[in-house]
Amino acid sequence: MRFLVLALVILLGAILVWGATDLPQRGDPLAPAAVHESVAVHYIERAYAETRTPNMVTAVLADYRGFDTFGEAVVVVAAAISCLLILPRRSPKAEGGGEGSRPAGTSAGGSR
Amino acid sequence: MTSVYESLFLHTVARAIVPIIQVFAFYVITHGHYSPGGGFQGGVMLAVSIILLRISVGEESFERFPRNAGIVLAGVGALCFALLGLAPLLLGGSFLDYGREFFWLPAPTAHYWGIFLAEVFIGILVWGSLMAIYDTLAGGGEE
Repeated sequence: MRFLVLALVILLGAILVWGATDLPQRGDPLAPAAVHESVAVHYIERAYAETRTPNMVTAVLADYRGFDTFGEAVVVVAAAISCLLILPRRSPKAEGGGEGSRPAGTSAGGSR
Repeated sequence: MTSVYESLFLHTVARAIVPIIQVFAFYVITHGHYSPGGGFQGGVMLAVSIILLRISVGEESFERFPRNAGIVLAGVGALCFALLGLAPLLLGGSFLDYGREFFWLPAPTAHYWGIFLAEVFIGILVWGSLMAIYDTLAGGGEE
């Protein structure tokens, strides 16, 4: 099982690296983002008129590319949930009980 | 839990500096329209203020910010952000289409407030996530 997970992780990493090799080089004048420059020019020219936001980065981040930002935020939450799931709780009392028993578990630890 | 240093200086400085950090965090979140900043940065600062309390003051910080508050805040932030994105779908728009969502406002103003709400929800989400991660890492694995 452990080796299966390791193999899956390595496979996923290889797929990501393989996909990254298909990206255009940095500063490539023939990159799609440079050839079809309507996107960048549109942001620079129209961002304030369309969103009333002087900070263009914020307008792109939260509005034009909001779906991407949503994915980033969900990744952060997934990291927190993974921490809670993977790392063990301090004591069975803190883990087994509901919301009421967790402060008791922490207070027992604090008086250590 | 973390070791609590019995130092008057540390307690005093931490209690004095935490509100300043939090006010600056709210400034960073709400001023993202005009300056560098936004939800991610401000949320990290909010989380750092709580973590400073956890390290310095220790036990008393759990009274106002209990152990399971972090993951609840993260979930609430993510849910609100998702609802903010999904609401325009019910009104015939696309995902995160603020102009369709706040249809009673003129379109630029609607986008302005949509960005603002998104930043606030991201701030809550990052705040709660980092609190949850810290509490889990600092509190787990000890007997």
